[in-house]
Amino acid sequence: MPIHIIDRRLNPGGKSLENRQRFLRRAKSLVQGAVKKTSQERDIKDVLEGGEVTIPLDGMHEPRFRREGGTRDMVLPGNKKFIEGDYLQRSGQGSAKDSGPGEGDSEDAFRFVLSRDEFVDLFLDDLELPDLAKRKIAQTESEGIQRAGYTTSGSPANISVSRTVKLALARRIALKRPRKDEIEELEAAIAACTDEDEREVLLARLEKLQAKTKRIPFIDPLDIRYRRYEKVPRPVAQAVMFCLMDVSGSMSEHMKDLAKRFYMLLYVFLKRRYKHVEIVFIRHTDRAEEVDEQTFFYGPASGGTLVSSALQAMHEIVRERFNPSDWNIYAAQASDGDNSYSDGELTGMLLTDKILPVCQFFAYLEVGESGGSAFDLSDSSLWTLYERLRNGGAPLSMRKVSERSEIFPVFHDLFQRRETAQEKAAP
Amino acid sequence: MTERLFEGADWDFHTLQRITDACEEVALKDLGLDVYPNQIEVITAEQMLDAYSSVGMPLFYKHWSFGKHFAFHEASYRKGLMGLAYEIVINSSPCISYLMEENTATMQTLVIAHAAFGHNHFFKNNYLFKQWTDADGILDYLDFAKNYVMQCEERYGRVEVERTLDAAHALMSHGIDRYPGKKKLDLRAEEKRAGRRRQHEEEVFNDLWRTVPAGKSKSRSALSVERRRKLLGLPQENLLYFLEKSAPRLAPWQRELLRIVRHIAQYFYPQSQTKVMNEGTATYVHYRIMTKLHQQGRITDGNFLEFLGSHTNVVFQPEFDDPRFSGFNPYALGFAMMQDIERIVTNPEAEDREWFPDIAGKNDVMGVLRDVWANYRDESFIGQFLSPKLMRHLRMFHLHDDPEERAGIRVDAIHDERGFRRVRRELARQHDVGYIDANIEVVDVDLSGDRRLILHHHVIKGSQLNETDAKRVLQHLADLWTYDVALIEVDANDKVLREYVVSPRPIPAAVA
Repeated sequence: MPIHIIDRRLNPGGKSLENRQRFLRRAKSLVQGAVKKTSQERDIKDVLEGGEVTIPLDGMHEPRFRREGGTRDMVLPGNKKFIEGDYLQRSGQGSAKDSGPGEGDSEDAFRFVLSRDEFVDLFLDDLELPDLAKRKIAQTESEGIQRAGYTTSGSPANISVSRTVKLALARRIALKRPRKDEIEELEAAIAACTDEDEREVLLARLEKLQAKTKRIPFIDPLDIRYRRYEKVPRPVAQAVMFCLMDVSGSMSEHMKDLAKRFYMLLYVFLKRRYKHVEIVFIRHTDRAEEVDEQTFFYGPASGGTLVSSALQAMHEIVRERFNPSDWNIYAAQASDGDNSYSDGELTGMLLTDKILPVCQFFAYLEVGESGGSAFDLSDSSLWTLYERLRNGGAPLSMRKVSERSEIFPVFHDLFQRRETAQEKAAP
Repeated sequence: MTERLFEGADWDFHTLQRITDACEEVALKDLGLDVYPNQIEVITAEQMLDAYSSVGMPLFYKHWSFGKHFAFHEASYRKGLMGLAYEIVINSSPCISYLMEENTATMQTLVIAHAAFGHNHFFKNNYLFKQWTDADGILDYLDFAKNYVMQCEERYGRVEVERTLDAAHALMSHGIDRYPGKKKLDLRAEEKRAGRRRQHEEEVFNDLWRTVPAGKSKSRSALSVERRRKLLGLPQENLLYFLEKSAPRLAPWQRELLRIVRHIAQYFYPQSQTKVMNEGTATYVHYRIMTKLHQQGRITDGNFLEFLGSHTNVVFQPEFDDPRFSGFNPYALGFAMMQDIERIVTNPEAEDREWFPDIAGKNDVMGVLRDVWANYRDESFIGQFLSPKLMRHLRMFHLHDDPEERAGIRVDAIHDERGFRRVRRELARQHDVGYIDANIEVVDVDLSGDRRLILHHHVIKGSQLNETDAKRVLQHLADLWTYDVALIEVDANDKVLREYVVSPRPIPAAVA
């Protein structure tokens, strides 16, 4: 009887991908909620990781007619001391109860793992990004091709002639293949030879040499080498992202959440473009300090508001650690717009003279309370200042944001700048 | 000495070939098995997870619920909560066995013997499988189903198709014919017939028919209730069949989808009825083959010990008060019964001669076993062949839990002379699928009135339906029926215990 043994391991994987996507689509709102919750709890750098999410099973339920209750009969193994007619206390008989047919649906909450791409997709969906932007973000880094030595197999187009000839030469020498001039010399000697016996000897030698020449080919398939190519990620520059935030008492949780989302998104953008992205958190009240992410978002702080202190801190950090010729510097500032009147001039000066010249991009995000219309009425002091600077030609990107969906437009400017920057970098 | 099949744990495809040949020799010559041609496929863990989510079949139509199961299995597998099976075997011709690539050479031998010969023989010879499944046609039919569902999605939209399939899946456990009808299912012919029917409809389509004035409809009241029920084939316990044939407003493609789900449910029906026997057969066969190979010197003592380790894990039966206990292990019970039959046939005691006069001392072990494997299902198998000795050995006892009984759960029978038959009868009943599933049937349709569909659930031993789930399933049922559906739970004395009435949801406007 013929038996077929088949190796299926090489079949393309992801056979369940389609079903999985259908499931995610169906559970979209639930999964999105879970993603939103997870991303709020996450650090900015982890936003791109996939991860486990838990969703309630409501709506994902597959109902069946199930029976429950009533009198039950069961046969069990392992009787030790019971005899017919014994009664067992119900409460004490946990194990017997649990094993009944009634156990069915214990999956009220459903945990599963989202891949990195799925997670980012859902995260971006939540921010209501336009499709075009999503495509740009989702673009994976392009890979370049680079020579990497030689290989014994490949396409004829990639034969490396010089290497092949070199190897053939080495082999010919090693195997003592007679050279052409050696044979010619011998032939000349034969032609010149008069003595019959010596001629005989020479002829025999010639024949031997010729036979050897035939045995050892000039170029053997063994000698052939092909150029080998390797895919390498394109060398990408490094970037540093400065997160500046006003943490004075007037910033509410909602505002901080908006700011955090903005930073996350900026991080996602940068991460797609640069191999190495550093984040520096600078928070300020009336003085600024560099802090870690936890303190940045959740650490308590109080005091007045001096924006210039943060800019000054950033300037110093740039000078010390991030040489603008080695680093692409991105900065994003979030604030509710308050600033001391006396500080305006200093802030403007720092920004135009020190900060903006070294930055690829400087975004100012003015965050407001959800649905807050009051803050449309009059511009804040910081907004007024920055607007004046922008009108004066300073490359600033600025937005007022009070809902999550409004965050994205800030990045329009970023895209435009990237296009031109790429063109410049191309040659 | 015979040549070893392999050394150590590594294997390659030549090893698999040698193993299969060696197993085949033992299976066919010594055990006299009769199997479908084998096809053995080596797969990875990820592919095994894929197979899990499509009920083990190599191809299946697309549906979100499979994605859900996949995500669930994947998560628990990654966390290490769940191991994967060593193999999956499909009742088809050729019989396909999937082997995991991680298995050692010994494990591959074990699973080849288990699946490719044990299960394979059972699939080919057991009467239930012969009666209900079409091993030659199943893969083609699944292919047809997959394509058909895909075409429907293209033509009628994914949402519509999904809704129909959701409803059909909810009723899947009640889409089974429990008694054989006149003709055997021929899935290939089914597939052709569906194609022909569609083609015919397209050929004879004439929009004019729609405009022809219909004559006066016959007076429905003239039809007696009796006649009406007869015409509709009532009572009918196959709900999917009933809907497919009689639901008034389903589109032809929806009926075809119901039919597909119904056929697939029917295909799996024998497997749920023969878990103990199927696994018992396969385990017994792998045990015999492995022992023989070891006797022949074709596997080393070390490999044989490795095999015994896995085998013992597979047939482990925790006792009822063990935290690991979760009901009878079909492998353990099946294997123990097969070995017990072997003992009765070759070396019976006086008790066995009394209980099993037909087979005791007959000495033809394989002849008896092959006959058992061919002609029984779990319920009848246990009911006939569970011996007092095995009941004593497993120390079985029967508990009767009546919620009304204040004193607690009563021990109704134990493994003694008075109890053997009762314990055995009760255990057999526990393995009767017809007894475990809720007994629900369509009893009437009020055709002249509001077209309400009336179902009865015959409540056994006071065990009623879970309310939430029942409502959800009935909602699906009502959506397909498109009129009200009533489910009445009645006890043995026709006393109404509870009544559900569900109205169909309005169909949302088609999404472009």
